[in-house]
Amino acid sequence: MSSQKLSAIPNVVTPNAPVIFNPDICNGCNICVEVCQIDVFIPNPEKGKPPIILHPDECWYGGCCVNDCPRPGAITFNWPLQQRGYWKNKATGEIHQI
Amino acid sequence: MSTWHDYFKEQGHAPDWPYPIRFDQEQEIDADVLVIGGGIAGCWAAISAARQGLNVVLAEKGDTVRSGAGGPGCDHWCDVPANPLSNVDPDEWARHMAERPYCNGIGLQIQCRENYDTLLELEQMGGKVRDSGDEYVGAQGRDEKTKFMISPRYTKVHSYVPVDEKTEGKIFASNPEGKLNNVVIRVWGSTFKPVLKKECQRLGVKIFDRVMMTSLLTENGAQGARVVGATGLNSRTGEFMIFKSKSTILATSGAGSIWLISTELGGYCNMMSRTIAGDGTAMAWKAGAELTTMESTGIVRIAVGYKHKWYTGAGDASYENVPIVDANGKRVPFPIQGWVDAGYMVPSPEVEQAVREGILKGEYALPFYGDFPAMPEVERNATWKLMLGEESTTKVITKTFNDAGYDPSRDLLQSYRYIEGNSLAQWREASYGGGILVDWDLKTSLEGLYAAGTQMFSPEDHSYAAATGRYAGRKAAAYARQVGEPQISREQAVLEKARVYAPVKRSSGMEWKELHAGIARAMQYYCSEFKTESLLNMGLGTLRKIEEESVPLLFALDPHKLMRSLEDLSLLTYAQIVTHASLARKASSIPLNFQRIDYPALDPPEWRKYLTLKLENGKVKAGELPLAFWGDMKNQYEARNKDYTGVYKGK
Ligand SMILES: Cc1cc2nc3c(=O)[nH]c(=O)nc-3n(C[C@H](O)[C@H](O)[C@H](O)COP(=O)(O)OP(=O)(O)OC[C@H]3O[C@@H](n4cnc5c(N)ncnc54)[C@H](O)[C@@H]3O)c2cc1C
Ligand code: SF4
Ligand code: SF4
Repeated sequence: MSSQKLSAIPNVVTPNAPVIFNPDICNGCNICVEVCQIDVFIPNPEKGKPPIILHPDECWYGGCCVNDCPRPGAITFNWPLQQRGYWKNKATGEIHQI
Repeated sequence: MSTWHDYFKEQGHAPDWPYPIRFDQEQEIDADVLVIGGGIAGCWAAISAARQGLNVVLAEKGDTVRSGAGGPGCDHWCDVPANPLSNVDPDEWARHMAERPYCNGIGLQIQCRENYDTLLELEQMGGKVRDSGDEYVGAQGRDEKTKFMISPRYTKVHSYVPVDEKTEGKIFASNPEGKLNNVVIRVWGSTFKPVLKKECQRLGVKIFDRVMMTSLLTENGAQGARVVGATGLNSRTGEFMIFKSKSTILATSGAGSIWLISTELGGYCNMMSRTIAGDGTAMAWKAGAELTTMESTGIVRIAVGYKHKWYTGAGDASYENVPIVDANGKRVPFPIQGWVDAGYMVPSPEVEQAVREGILKGEYALPFYGDFPAMPEVERNATWKLMLGEESTTKVITKTFNDAGYDPSRDLLQSYRYIEGNSLAQWREASYGGGILVDWDLKTSLEGLYAAGTQMFSPEDHSYAAATGRYAGRKAAAYARQVGEPQISREQAVLEKARVYAPVKRSSGMEWKELHAGIARAMQYYCSEFKTESLLNMGLGTLRKIEEESVPLLFALDPHKLMRSLEDLSLLTYAQIVTHASLARKASSIPLNFQRIDYPALDPPEWRKYLTLKLENGKVKAGELPLAFWGDMKNQYEARNKDYTGVYKGK
């Protein structure tokens, strides 16, 4: 720990990851990059790897990237914590949040 | 994994810009018909112009496959009175819709006459518009013969109409028995955008994706002259594009968030995405086109970055047939926008007040919930899977709920009404108010320039954008056929190029989010709930100061951020137009959501008119038009569309 080299990096924008990629499933086809109307992602410089989230603060949360990904599980929608919805089991009254 | 700083940590450096950089380079493109904006209206415009055999070019800021407000989907094909299950006459329904003050009677007539044909053409292309797989057998509104699914919306009540003019109990001459109107069809809109793009490609439309259009080019570069082309910027490469066109159709929608930006959720401050930034309106304004109704605003209710992103229809959580219950399971008397209340979309002020008082007295416990489990299974599926599953941004919301374990047959869905508070009066939106003035050809006041969809004043919805786009494409093609070769002014293009690249010539100063927030704050202070002559003039002064002192500091590090910066300049122009329009209307108005403290009289007869604004020799010039200036809708439409052939039968 103590010998680790640290770069000086500004605060990252918050929220930072509108989606989460699963590198084991994603094959870097970049369909999600192309369908995004905002250009939130850029292709990974290394072919076959998941795209890079470059403009998370511009995301519309419209979900086309997730809806159109041909590989189920490769990309998951990730609501910012303050936007995550709640529900309640009608029978037990138990409350859940996304 | 996969955030920018993950990459930075792993690699020790930032990723290289992934696209070739072509700042200052130029590409020139010739078109018979140029379509600006490849959303719903733009795609339809391009398709219908290309069907006339012309050379059609489409320039789109995002990627046409999913761009625009209708990119992710659409569930309601609204106001389709020509469908076989409708019980009202299309012309009568159009007239009824046009009774709302400050609407667009021209667009409504086109919508009501042609959007059923438009829907059938969409089906030809591969869009799903019927329950062909028999998934919803037994749902109310489903017709076994056609397999169309009628929505309860507008079946009796039209709650977009002001309370005293509502149609409840209204008997249409064409529907004397008062049957359900059946004028809205539920559709599988997530299938639409990809098939529209495919049809454009099949017809040979040249599509330029990731090109943000920045200005219109006019004959001799003169304001008010014929439009002969446009300029654009590739937001990935930074290349400058010059388009030359015989006719041009603007379809960039309106302006989303002018009054509000959350700098950390910068793409999430309005119903629409950041791409909807007033570009088309600003470029038409600078070219000298006439605009109208620009003083009209709405209140942003959802997706402001500060509020939960879900719906505000009826009792919400999440509307159409979903009963609302309190935390103890007690029914809250909200309308449910369903069959039982014939499509009521918002509670009456009395019901709203009663519920609020009930909460304070302990009669209703918060939070409220949508009682999906109480619904009949087929209706629950129709709302959760079909309606919310297909309506634009809600597709991914329902998926995310399902993946997290939500089961609508078992679980109550939480509502955020009351617990998240109301929207501030200062959080306004412009887009469903003003826009470009058009005539019966959807031609603007400029020769060679047409407009469609939300780009026009007082727009409506998805099928309206589709039908008016399709119509504008037809008319712009007819014009392009008979007009001479366009000549663009090199000087005008050079000036625009300098304006476009100014922010990338700087590497520090003010970035786009700060500038947007500054514009938004000025509009909140000076052009919002409290409007007076002096406040509005202070607003103009503040916006001018921003233009003179902050805009010259604007910097952009790459082509993408340059696009965002140029959007700010559109928003700034748009804000100035709204303020000018607000100064021009010296009366208050309920339908325009417009309160002038110094002119408090509400909708006095002498002010019941459209105000128009345009630039003439660089000066703002105001004008006016009477309500219903479009004349007899049926006759005007028929006189101009004798050659209309209905559903496309070509290859
Ligand atoms: C969440 C949501 C749900 C909705 N659900 C429904 C529904 O169920 N039923 C319904 O009837 N309506 C619905 N609507 C409304 C419907 O989507 C719109 O009415 C319709 O998309 C408007 O079409 P348009 O072509 O005018 O604008 P858009 O479809 O928004 O297209 C405008 C296009 O212009 C492009 N553009 C902008 N600026 C530029 C520029 N400078 N250069 C190049 N291109 C540019 C944009 O990228 C965009 O693609 C919904 C809207 C939203 C946001
Ligand atoms: S997340 Fe899906 S669409 Fe995106 S690159 Fe990976 S596999 Fe392709
Ligand atoms: S949700 Fe929409 S805006 Fe956000 S990254 Fe996905 S496609 Fe882009």
